[in-house]
Amino acid sequence: MAGPEIEHLMQMLARLPGLGPRSARRAALYLIKRRESALEPLAAALAQVAERVRPCPQCGNFDTASPCSLCADPRRDDGVICVVEDVDDLWALERTRAFSGRYHVLGGLLSALDGIGPEDLHLPRLLERAGQPVVQEIILALPATIEGQTTAHYIADRLKAAETPDHSLRVSGLAHGVPVGGELDYLDDGTLSQALRARRPV
Amino acid sequence: MEWCDVGIVLSARPHGEGGAIASLLTASHGRHAGLVPAGRSRSQRATLEPGTLLTCRWGARLESHLGRFTCEPVESSASLLLGDPRRLSVLNAFCALADWALPERLPCPDLYDASLALLVALQGEGWAAAYVHWEMLLLAETGFPLDVSACAATGRQDELVWVSPRSGRAVCREAGQPYADRLLPLPAFLLPELPAGMEWPEQWDHPDICTGLALTGYFLQHHLQVTIGKPLPWARGHLVSRLQTVDR
Repeated sequence: MAGPEIEHLMQMLARLPGLGPRSARRAALYLIKRRESALEPLAAALAQVAERVRPCPQCGNFDTASPCSLCADPRRDDGVICVVEDVDDLWALERTRAFSGRYHVLGGLLSALDGIGPEDLHLPRLLERAGQPVVQEIILALPATIEGQTTAHYIADRLKAAETPDHSLRVSGLAHGVPVGGELDYLDDGTLSQALRARRPV
Repeated sequence: MEWCDVGIVLSARPHGEGGAIASLLTASHGRHAGLVPAGRSRSQRATLEPGTLLTCRWGARLESHLGRFTCEPVESSASLLLGDPRRLSVLNAFCALADWALPERLPCPDLYDASLALLVALQGEGWAAAYVHWEMLLLAETGFPLDVSACAATGRQDELVWVSPRSGRAVCREAGQPYADRLLPLPAFLLPELPAGMEWPEQWDHPDICTGLALTGYFLQHHLQVTIGKPLPWARGHLVSRLQTVDR
């Protein structure tokens, strides 16, 4: 039906998250029909990203600069490091504009099922960064799941073990509870009980 | 083929973009896996957290197929344990060991009941001792029962303080004394009846807990691991080191 190049394009598109063979076919056709407005700019953008974007050696974020723009920004607070599972979590926190410290991307979570142990995470670099005298607090912004919190407790232990008499760290985690706009009636039991336990004076 | 049951989530492995293959410890069908379509969606993800008790309906065209689960949560253990690293480690070790050791689709009602009891114990006191008991039952279910009812050498039912690493049978103090360096210590709370004057170890830092974990750990490592051919899950070793750490 289509030439081998188009078939190859459709196969590559079908591998992307959210796209199946049918939607990949639609996307390929869309691009081919709009060579100047869509296909060529997309190809150029992909080529640029492939050539220039690299993981930041400090925090693990993706950027064209090394270290990344977040690590290089002098306005950010060096005293607080927020630990996240992956780059998409970093981007989610950045969208809130509520955090102005530094980040550290772990690159996964401890998982008995997938055989991911501590040696598979970017922990040595985190311990190294946490050991700098300027760092006062580590925020463990990890998922409220068994794997997420197991990883959080493990990192907290490692950080405590690495403390010295001259340098102590505050290790904190994100609160769990009622989301903004959430109605109690629609919340699951687990979230509701967590929220009740973490109640605070009003 | 279709059946309904209650079960405990042991693991959920991503499948495709939004689905998951869940492994459940069910009351009447043993450890059973099945596809949960959209199991990784926002609404269903929490249902498949390890340790969640749920009702499930399994269906497939043939019995040998993987089949599909439809799950409804009954009670979630995870949310209550997330803040407690030790209890969380127990939950992790329980789910990982059951998933690792139990054969698929072989009913094990006693172990299921013990697992439910463990989940209840995790909400209160005595959870560490309940977990060691659960590991003993797991060994029994998988073909390595520890016989601690009487001494293997003399038949005595009192003063049982060791277990033979070869036979898994108890040995009394008198008969085992010459071989004490080669025998495994048997904590009193693992005996069928607690001896007079002994107390059930309610606290996780009771010395008998680590002794019990060392005993079951020996058989898990030297017998069950050899049979299964895969190393013990990381979560089990993590639990032992967690319970040996006193300050957190």
